[in-house]
Amino acid sequence: MQFTLKSAAATLALTTALAVPASAELTGDLRIFFNDQNPAPRAAIEGMVERFQEMHPDLNIELTLIDREANKTQIRNYLTANAPDVNGWYAGNRMRPYVSAGLFEDVSDLWEGEMGEELASTRPALTLDGAQWGVPYTYYQWGIYYRTDIYDELGLTPATTWEEEIENCQAILDSGRKCYAIGTRFLWTAGGWFDYLNLRTHGYDFHMALTANEIPWTDDRVRETFAKWRELIDMGAFIDNHTAYTWQEAQPYLVNGQAAAYLMGNFIVEPLRDAGMTDDNLGFYQFPEITPGIPMAEDAPTDTLHIPAQAQNKEAAREFLRYVASAENQTIANEVLGQLPINSNAEVADDKFIQAGFEMLSNAEGGIAQFFDRDADAEMASAGMEGFQEFMVMPDNLDAILERLERTRQRILED
Amino acid sequence: MFPTPVERRSTAIQAGYKALLPFALILWLLPLLMVALFSIKPDADFTQGNLWGLPSTFAGFENYTRVFTDSAMPRYLLNSIFITVPTVIGAVALSCMTGFALGVYRFRGNIWIFFMFVAGNFVPFQILMVPVRDLTVNMGLYDTRMGLVLFHIAFQTGFCTLFMRNFIRALPRELIEAARVEGVSEIRIFWYVVLPLMRPAIAALSVLIFTFIWNDYFWAVVLTQGVESQPVTAGITAFNSQFRAAYHMMSAGSIIAALPPVMMFFLMQKHFIAGLTLGAVK
Amino acid sequence: MAAPIITESTPPPARGYWRSNQMKLAPWLFLAPGIVFFAVYVIFPIFQSFHISLYRWDGLGEARYIGMQNYERLFDDPAFYTSLWNNVRWLLLYLLAIPGGLFIALFLNQQVRGIRLYKSLFFFPFVISQVVVGLVFAWFYNPSIGLLNPILGLFGAGPVNILGNPNTVTYGIIAAGLWPQVAYCMILYLTGLNAVDPEQVEAARLDGAKGWRMLWYVILPQLRPATFIAVVVTVIGALRSFDMVSVMTSGGPFGSSRVLAYYMFEVSLSEYGFRMGYGAAIAVILFLIMLVYIAFFLWRMWREERGV
Repeated sequence: MQFTLKSAAATLALTTALAVPASAELTGDLRIFFNDQNPAPRAAIEGMVERFQEMHPDLNIELTLIDREANKTQIRNYLTANAPDVNGWYAGNRMRPYVSAGLFEDVSDLWEGEMGEELASTRPALTLDGAQWGVPYTYYQWGIYYRTDIYDELGLTPATTWEEEIENCQAILDSGRKCYAIGTRFLWTAGGWFDYLNLRTHGYDFHMALTANEIPWTDDRVRETFAKWRELIDMGAFIDNHTAYTWQEAQPYLVNGQAAAYLMGNFIVEPLRDAGMTDDNLGFYQFPEITPGIPMAEDAPTDTLHIPAQAQNKEAAREFLRYVASAENQTIANEVLGQLPINSNAEVADDKFIQAGFEMLSNAEGGIAQFFDRDADAEMASAGMEGFQEFMVMPDNLDAILERLERTRQRILED
Repeated sequence: MFPTPVERRSTAIQAGYKALLPFALILWLLPLLMVALFSIKPDADFTQGNLWGLPSTFAGFENYTRVFTDSAMPRYLLNSIFITVPTVIGAVALSCMTGFALGVYRFRGNIWIFFMFVAGNFVPFQILMVPVRDLTVNMGLYDTRMGLVLFHIAFQTGFCTLFMRNFIRALPRELIEAARVEGVSEIRIFWYVVLPLMRPAIAALSVLIFTFIWNDYFWAVVLTQGVESQPVTAGITAFNSQFRAAYHMMSAGSIIAALPPVMMFFLMQKHFIAGLTLGAVK
Repeated sequence: MAAPIITESTPPPARGYWRSNQMKLAPWLFLAPGIVFFAVYVIFPIFQSFHISLYRWDGLGEARYIGMQNYERLFDDPAFYTSLWNNVRWLLLYLLAIPGGLFIALFLNQQVRGIRLYKSLFFFPFVISQVVVGLVFAWFYNPSIGLLNPILGLFGAGPVNILGNPNTVTYGIIAAGLWPQVAYCMILYLTGLNAVDPEQVEAARLDGAKGWRMLWYVILPQLRPATFIAVVVTVIGALRSFDMVSVMTSGGPFGSSRVLAYYMFEVSLSEYGFRMGYGAAIAVILFLIMLVYIAFFLWRMWREERGV
C-alpha cells in the first residue's frame, strides 16, 4: 500500500510538474496549518506536501497539524496574529466571520478558467459576497450506516420511504435493540438528524432558507419536521443516555449490535473497521424519502484550504492551492483519506462506502447542503443544535425551544 | 483534645475505629481508585466488558509507557514545568518585596494598596479574559509560555502579597529597628534581616503556588493553543481526543498529569499545610 | 547568620538624596515591580472589560459602540438566568464543604498508628487539578463504564445518567467539585483542632459538656478563624467553577449546567462564540456579584487592622 502510493505520487508529481512549468521557481517559506491530526487526514496532507515539495525543491515547507476540535477555536487567533500561508477550514457560512473581518484572502482568480469548471460543484459553497475564499480538497457523504447482519436476521431491507423506516425500526425495537446509535454530548450529531429530516420533509430550498435566517423557527413547516423526529423519539428509537456520549463513545452500541444503525458522515467507517466491523456486516443506505416527490438533497460537508489575508508568501500559497485542487492530487489524497474528491476529473477510490456515497451524491437532484453548523450562522448554529439536543430528551419542550430559536434569529437579523 | 481520643474508650470502639479507617478511605478515594484500576487494564478488558474485575493481564507498564512514547504528553509536562517554575520564582520574588514594603513601612496609602492586591486576588478570572488575551496577542506573546508566565506572576502577586505581608507583620519589629539604629540601609535590611526570616514563608508559598499554577486550566486554554506551549492540564484534553474512548489510556494519561503536584505535596507536606492553613489558627 | 553582616557592613555616612529620604522612597521602590505587573494585568483589564461590554465586537473586525444593549439582551436571555441560578446552587451547595470538612476532621483527629498517613491520603485530592478531578468523576458517572451505577445497583437503585440529565447534571458537577474542597476544609479544621485549648476542653468536660454541646459551645468558637478561611476560599471556589463545567459537560446537556464563568467563555471564545462584548457584559455581572463579597471581606479586614 505504502509502496504503490509513493510511486504513484512520484509519477504524478512528475506529470504535474511538466504540465505547469511556470510555477517551478517558488522560494521562501510556506507555512501550512492543517486542522486534523487523525491518521488518515494526516497521511493525506503529508502526502500533498511531499508531492508539492518535489515540484518546488527550493521552497521551505513547514506543516503544522492542529487537533480538529482545537482548531475551531484557535483559527481566530492565528489568523489575527502570526498567520500561516495556508490554513484548513470548512466551506459555507463557517467562513463568514473570517471573510467579514477581512482575514481570508480573496482567491477568485484561482476559480477562473479550467480549475473553476473542475470544481464547479462546490463553487456556491466557497462563495460569499460574490467572491471565492478558498479551495476544497475533499467532501464526504452523510447517510445511514447499518448492521446488515441484524437486518438479515430480522428479514428487513433498508427503507426507501419514511413508512418503511418506521416499520423497520419497530421490528428492530421488538427484537430488543435500539434503532439508532447517537452521542449528542457534542451537539452536532443531532444537527445531522435535523438536516435530513428537514431536507426530506420540505426540500433543499426550504432548508437553505431556514439556515439563512429567512424563515421563522416558529413556522408550521418547521414543526412538521420536528413532528417526524418526534415519531422516532416516542418509539424509543434512539439509544438511552445519548447526552452523555460523544459520537465515538456511542459507536460500541453499533459494534456490539445493541443498535442497528447510525446516521453519520463517512468518516465513521474507519473507526468502525478498526473496531472489527467489515463490509460483510456494515452497510450504507441513503436517508429515506419523507415527503414524496421532493428531490433528494444530501448533506456533504466540504473541507477546504484557505489563504489568510496576512499570509507572507501568497504566491506559493496560491500555487499550493492550485495543486491541491488538481485532479491528480485529489485522486491520491482522497484515496488516503477514504473520502470523495471534489475535482470532477479525479478518480473515486474503489471502496464500498466511498462508491456508494459518490453514486448518491452524483444523483442528488435536490442539492448539496454543507451541514447545519456550516450553513447556519455561528450563533444560530450553536443555539439551534442545543435546541435539537433538548428536543431529543424533552420533546414536550418544543414550543419553548422554537420560540427561543426564533428570538435568536430575530436578534441576529437586528445586528 | 476533641473529640475524645479513642485510646480512652473501650477496646471495642478502638478496634471499630481502626477497622473503619481503611474502609472510609477506600470510599473516599473510590472514583480515583476506579481510574487507577482502568489505567492498568488492557484494551481487551473494555471491549469484553471486564470493567470491574481484576485486569486480565497487567497492562500498566505498557499503558504508561505509551503515554510517554505515543503522545505529546512529555512535551506538555515539560511545558508545565517551564511555566510553573518561573512563575513561582517571579511571584515569590515580587511578593517578598511588596509584602516587605506593606508589612514594614507605615505610609499613606499603605492599606489601600494592600487592599488592591487582596481585592484583585478575588476577582473572577473572566473579567480579565478578553483584555489579557488581547494584551498578550499584541505583545506577540500569544501561544508562548512566556505569555502565560507573565500573567500568572502578575495575578499570583495578589495572593502572595497578602500572604507575605501578614507573615512579615508577625515578625518581631525589634530586629528591624535595631538595624536602622545601626544605620543599615533599607535595602540591606530587606536582604540581610528580613529575607532570611521569611524562609519558611517562601517555602510554603512556593509549594502552594507551584500547585496552583500547575493545575491552572482556564488561562492555559485562553492564552495558549498548541503542543509548543500548552501545559498538561490543557494538553490532557488533546490527549483524550487522541485516545477517544480508549479509557485505559485516558486514565493513565490523567494520572500522569495529576502526579507532579501530588508528589510535591507528599514531599513538602509540612510546608504545604503550613502555607494553606496560615491564619486558620489565631 | 545575618546579624554579624549587619554590624560589619555599617556603611560610611554618605549623605545623599537617597540616604535622607530612604524611609519614604524604599516602600515605593519595593512596591514598584509588583504594582506595575498587577496594574497591567489585573487592574487595567477590569476597566477594559467594562469598556468592551458597551460594544458589539466579534474579536476579529471593528468594534461598534452599542451602549447598554448587551446588558439589555443579557437580562432577556434565558441562558443567562440558567447560569445565574446554577451559580446560586454552586454557592449554596459548595458551602457543604465546610461541615463536610469538619466532619472528616473530627473523624480523623485521633492519635492511632498511621493516622498521619490517613490524613494525607484524605487530603491529597485537593492537590489534583480540577481538570483531572472532572475527568475522574465524569468517568465515574458514565452510564456505560462508570462505577456509580453498579454501586447503586447493589442497593437496588439506579441506573442514573447524572451528567446527561438536565435535572441532575449541576448537582453531579458540584459533588465532584466538593471532593477536593471538603479535603481543603478538612485540613483547615485539623489544624484548628490541634490548637484548641485542651484546658478549656477538660474544664468543659468536668462541667458535663459532651458531644454536640461541647462541639457547639466550646470547640466551634475556637475554630472560628478556620471557619472564616474555609468560607472565603469556598465562596471564591464556587464562583470560579469553570474548569469542572468545561471538562465534564461543556455546559450541557442543552446548556443546563452552565455557570456564568463558563457561559462567558462560551459566548466569546468557544467554537461558535464571537460575542466579545456580550461576554464582557457577563463578566461584569459576575464581577459585581463578587464585589459584594470582596467588599465584605475587605471591610472585615479593615476592622481587624484598626483593632491591631
